[in-house]
Amino acid sequence: MEAYLDNSATTKAFESVKDIVVKTMMEDYGNPSSLHRKGVEAEHYVKKAAEAVAKTLKAAPSEIIFTSGGTESNNMAIIGAARANRRAGKHIITSTIEHASVYNVFGYLEEEGYRVTYIPVDESGHLKLDQLEAAIDSGTTLVSVMYVNNEIGSVNPVGRIGEIIKKKNPRTLFHVDAIQAYGKYRICPKRESIDLLSASGHKIHGPKGVGFLYVKSGTKIVPVVFGGGQQKGMRSGTHNVSGIAGMGEAAREIYENHEEKIRVMYELKKQFVELMEGLEGVSVNGLTGEDSAPHVVSVGFEGVKSEVLLHALEDRGIYASSGSACSSNHPAVSGTLKGVGVRRELLDSTLRFSFSVFTTKEEIQYCAQVLEELLPVLRRYRRM
Amino acid sequence: MFAHDSIFRAFLIKYAEIGIKGKNRYLFEDALLKQIRFALREVEGEFLVRKESGRVYVEAKTEFDFDEVVEHLRYVFGIAGICPMVQFDDNGYEDMKEKIIEYVRMVHPEGDFTFKVQTKRANKKYPMESNEINAGLGEALLEEFPALRVDVHEPDVFFYVEVRERINVYSKIIPGPGGMPVGTSGKATLLLSGGIDSPVAGWMVAKRGVKIDAVYFHAPPYTSERAKEKVVDLAALVSRYAGPMNLHIINFTDIQLYIYDQCPHEELTIIMRRYMMRIAEAIAEETGSLGLITGESIGQVASQTLPSLACTNEVCHMPVFRPVIGFDKQDIVDIAQKIDTFETSIQPFEDCCTIFVAKHPVTKPNLKIIRRSEEKLKEKIDEMVKTAIESREILRIPEDRA
Repeated sequence: MEAYLDNSATTKAFESVKDIVVKTMMEDYGNPSSLHRKGVEAEHYVKKAAEAVAKTLKAAPSEIIFTSGGTESNNMAIIGAARANRRAGKHIITSTIEHASVYNVFGYLEEEGYRVTYIPVDESGHLKLDQLEAAIDSGTTLVSVMYVNNEIGSVNPVGRIGEIIKKKNPRTLFHVDAIQAYGKYRICPKRESIDLLSASGHKIHGPKGVGFLYVKSGTKIVPVVFGGGQQKGMRSGTHNVSGIAGMGEAAREIYENHEEKIRVMYELKKQFVELMEGLEGVSVNGLTGEDSAPHVVSVGFEGVKSEVLLHALEDRGIYASSGSACSSNHPAVSGTLKGVGVRRELLDSTLRFSFSVFTTKEEIQYCAQVLEELLPVLRRYRRM
Repeated sequence: MFAHDSIFRAFLIKYAEIGIKGKNRYLFEDALLKQIRFALREVEGEFLVRKESGRVYVEAKTEFDFDEVVEHLRYVFGIAGICPMVQFDDNGYEDMKEKIIEYVRMVHPEGDFTFKVQTKRANKKYPMESNEINAGLGEALLEEFPALRVDVHEPDVFFYVEVRERINVYSKIIPGPGGMPVGTSGKATLLLSGGIDSPVAGWMVAKRGVKIDAVYFHAPPYTSERAKEKVVDLAALVSRYAGPMNLHIINFTDIQLYIYDQCPHEELTIIMRRYMMRIAEAIAEETGSLGLITGESIGQVASQTLPSLACTNEVCHMPVFRPVIGFDKQDIVDIAQKIDTFETSIQPFEDCCTIFVAKHPVTKPNLKIIRRSEEKLKEKIDEMVKTAIESREILRIPEDRA
């Protein structure tokens, strides 16, 4: 049996996504910038995708800029906003548990002379709101916060954060990294005072290499990629038509019957958490109820090295992740896990399991059953 | 490399040591030809690689990329120098003179240096003798290029003129890697880990003409698929020099865990290494190797102290070659960088020697004690070793590299 429980790393595409990707590669393969009919046809796909995405956010299609993925969206939002508003101030704020594609951008801007404040999180992985409020001043141009944490699935109250920011300084822009949240939550940027929002295609059963940045109309931001002036000059480069069409299709399908999809995922999560807590020497990190993301469970396994457990599971057809897959090649200890107060000896013994609409009860039960088998054996052999 | 590279259509391959091997010389030359063909197999263009009375030539049959060819020839052990060469038909002395003036104009535009013309006349029917040609061409060059001077003792540049069926001219010698052509000194089996040292050790032994096979010990789930892929990559990098090789991948997990269960933990690494040597030797014997190669260097880690080395060496009957035994780490790193294995070696994947390593492993193992500990493995170990050897995976490098 195979159990793919690493859906926060990436997901299997929807059938409908595959179809539209193939169609835009083999039949309607024009360049939207071309003047002829083939170009117009291709442009049509881009337009449809922008409309589909915009609809899920209750936004306008003109507020959607397609990118090469979550990392580019985050880079563009943060660098673009910081630069565009540098006359208003050079103070920018983020949290201590951001994804590398945010964290490292702040590091870069810090070197460029921006003043950066890193707001810590509490034990549940939630941003400390009082500290955020205190940090915002008249020179603060940007606050960037993740919606759902990719390692433990904690959920920030973005609506509340938006409120705090705008109350303290209405000109401060609010960027939300929603890469783990888009497709899991109904997000309404206008209601939540979000100016910029990043999402990625392959986390919602779309293609890899595509994502989008929502930019609220009227938001001051400069491009970071220059060239032929596509997407109103905000993101030059020939449109990735197949990727964009696939992303649009994925967005449409993931938000179809959405409440039901999420309810099933929470059920799976609840069951999985119970199964894990029933195993000896196993604990679940962070919150586990409906106040956490429906698809992420972070589990600590006492006395087992996460990488060894990962490979042992892999051998039985079960795929999970140690830390976040994006940085797993650098066995640095997770900042997020430390941030939420995971015990030191468990930092290197934690695996992340993450679900999708394709995940089944059987997969979860199989995983628990294999773990029950493996753990005693792995615990017997360890470094002295 | 230079703007004028396009005039070269052939290379004369100079070899150092194989020139002195007497009657076996043709074996060495044939091995060299074979390795050159292997090195050029994926290079753009078609080449004729041939020998003619004690010379090896690489002649381009089609358009080719000069830099690419030189780069690949520099992987071939046995090549001391690569001489880009201009070849033309014999249309009489006057024509040769003109062509050589043209050659100097293009290849040595700097113009201000001392030189000597050195002619070899293999075609004894040629109407002029070597010395006549030397003098005649020297004079012609002095006349044409006033800044040139002749120095017959220590010239800056030798112009070599070979009068054969055709006429060959060359003056530049690009250094090759030296050593001896792989395949001229038998075969040895390399214990290849993912580290920096073992690829260097394999490279060094291959440089002496030895064909290489490699053994890797895989320990899933304690070592990952990526660690194995890294070793496959390293084998492919070494094979650019050493030629095609078989990579034997042994699943070592069960043996390792059995040792863990039965023996004292501080002896785990040393006993494990003794079994690695035993297994490597069994495979070496089966596949016609005459020795083992390791990347051990004295004192680098606990298992490489002199007493530890003696202790692992004890289980082998074959000679164990340890070409980096006296090298400092930096010396090894320097070679790894030169042969391009360094970047791959430092990818951070755990290898099976370190996963269960004790906090304080023995550094002065006592042979008697180790042997006594191994007694505790008696019940199952022979069967396990046999299974590990029989069920090994064999990859043909570079072809089977996924």
